[in-house]
Amino acid sequence: MSQVIIKDDEVDIVIGALQSDLTSFMEEWRPFFSRFHLIIVQDPDLKGDLKIPEGFNLNLYTKSDIDRVVGPVSNSISFSGYSCRHFGYLMSRKKYIITVDDDCTPARDTNNKITDAVSQHIINLTTPATPFFFNTLYDPYVDGSDFVRGYPFSLRTGVECGLSCGLWLNLADLDAPTQALKPELRNSRYVDMVLTVPARTMLPVSGINIGFNSELVGPALMPAFRLAKEGKLRWETVEDIWSGMCVKVVCDHLKIGVKSGVPYVWRQERGNAVESLKKEWEGVKLMEDVVPFFQGLRLSEGAVTAEDCVGEIASKVKEVLGGNDPMFARAAETMVEWIKLWKRVRAAE
Amino acid sequence: MAAAPPPLKDELDIVIPTIRNLDFLEMWRPFFEQYHLIIVQDGDPSKTISVPQGFDYELYNRNDINRILGPKASCISFKDSACRCFGYMVSKKKYIFTIDDDCFVAKDPTGKQINALEQHIKNLLCPSTPLFFNTLYDPFREGADFVRGYPFSLREGVPTAVSHGLWMNIPDYDAPTQLVKPRERNTRYVDAVLTIPKGTLFPMCGMNLAFDRDLIGPAMYFGLMGDGQPIGRYDDMWAGWCIKVICDHLGLGVKTGLPYIWHSKASNPFVNLKKEYKGIFWQEEIIPFFQSATLSKESTTVQKCYVELSKQVKETLGKVDPYFVKLADAMETWIQAWDDLNPAKAN
Repeated sequence: MSQVIIKDDEVDIVIGALQSDLTSFMEEWRPFFSRFHLIIVQDPDLKGDLKIPEGFNLNLYTKSDIDRVVGPVSNSISFSGYSCRHFGYLMSRKKYIITVDDDCTPARDTNNKITDAVSQHIINLTTPATPFFFNTLYDPYVDGSDFVRGYPFSLRTGVECGLSCGLWLNLADLDAPTQALKPELRNSRYVDMVLTVPARTMLPVSGINIGFNSELVGPALMPAFRLAKEGKLRWETVEDIWSGMCVKVVCDHLKIGVKSGVPYVWRQERGNAVESLKKEWEGVKLMEDVVPFFQGLRLSEGAVTAEDCVGEIASKVKEVLGGNDPMFARAAETMVEWIKLWKRVRAAE
Repeated sequence: MAAAPPPLKDELDIVIPTIRNLDFLEMWRPFFEQYHLIIVQDGDPSKTISVPQGFDYELYNRNDINRILGPKASCISFKDSACRCFGYMVSKKKYIFTIDDDCFVAKDPTGKQINALEQHIKNLLCPSTPLFFNTLYDPFREGADFVRGYPFSLREGVPTAVSHGLWMNIPDYDAPTQLVKPRERNTRYVDAVLTIPKGTLFPMCGMNLAFDRDLIGPAMYFGLMGDGQPIGRYDDMWAGWCIKVICDHLGLGVKTGLPYIWHSKASNPFVNLKKEYKGIFWQEEIIPFFQSATLSKESTTVQKCYVELSKQVKETLGKVDPYFVKLADAMETWIQAWDDLNPAKAN
């Protein structure tokens, strides 16, 4: 259908560095990253200098930058581990942000052709989403596809896409109990499509491979809800899941779409599921309790920006969940601090 | 080596509406021959439809439908494939697979022939997950599972009522799209089965469809289409919207995706446009109606849900066009006919 023209200067690629040597990671992605500006944020807990190959247009941020920009607030907002990338979102001034975990490389499709995850995220973000009615041929805007018989015509213009959730070949984003139970399970199924996740349907948003429209939803991707021992392994993380539910509520309220499907990345082995299983995560049980809360969450008509929405979600979290566990009250506070920080950093321009 | 008997061999009927011939069954023989067929012959009942040798079947033409249902036969469409729902009503099996007579065996990307029936059965026999979206699609498929962040309390899933398959080659487009893109063919094999989330409607195509009669059968009425009716090509759509509202209400799942069949015939888009024309406008009122339809908690069976829905159709959509008043009455007639032919089993 329509041709998507990607303006390179509208995109930032944000990488959270949890390992020091980024050489092989950057080399694998070079064909797809090199056109764009990169923001690399070093995990503040990672000591020493990062090793980054030459030839990229990038800004590097470390602990000292985080401390300088965020100031004393960094007591309530933690940027450690996977959360370091949120500092990159904060510093970015671009419309579209793409982010990939540093243990992922480009994937190959069923014809063994290398896929360009960056371009695919941008295509997802720059073509309409269709959250109000399900199209059985999935994305109607891709070449060779369309809306099927019975799809209401008034809904065929679609809405803007705020978030593009990609997938993973090899080591899929399974939780530790699942991976520990099925240690041999690897995802080898390349499903060649992207679809819009319907309005009012919740999903687990994995932070491993996503793209988003920062102008529309940027403030809603935040490091607000963290487990006490939230670690450097995805098996021990819930921050992206919490943030993802907030983003979906924001998108549903603002009538923006969330897509899921291609692009895939190839995710390498790291860590041991059984080891992760041994750790205590009081937060994982807590997440079970929040699902009904998010599913029923409705925001006021006055909330017209992502910042407004996050503010409302934060007060409802405090009001409804705050009494259940102090972690929720803390999450609500962190969300409020985050929005203040987001606005402050932007106003300082 | 003795082969295992085909799955659900005595629990599933294949319902095929036809007006011309059943030559297409030859290609399906390896996959269908062991199953019982219900042929619903539309159009001129004096014409003989020949069924290829070796198939076990029952065949109903219009005379049979009139004889069996008497005055209630008015709810079964004439000169439209919507008449197939008579086959659902008259079946005595738990599962139905329905397929159009211009649908052939498709091949997967490795070149292997796809046993569509087998995939539908797999879809129906494992749970659906309508309450939370799994980004790796059907978690019960081999090689897949629930992803991190998927609530543990929702991993049991719910029973699957409907399995909606797709089509390679001629896609199921409406007339305007067909007219604008006459050459477009579906060549993309999407290797996924997924549950359509609760609260979300979809366009259900009857070309390649399977369902659990016990769970949802009475709601699979394909409406009043064809001869003497102001609309056509909305039979399966109508059923799809009704079943989705009812499945959402009763906690049942609807899946879509695999299996693919090969759809060989593109119907005439000008003829289609005449049939669909009113539907294109009415759809704009029908969709909000279904999106906001709620059923009372007293509606605990499919029949009760359906009758309640028919009353809402009459009251709300009846204002859009008198056709919907007729349709609402036909919905009630259908339920009466269904209950006549399918008396409740003694406990």
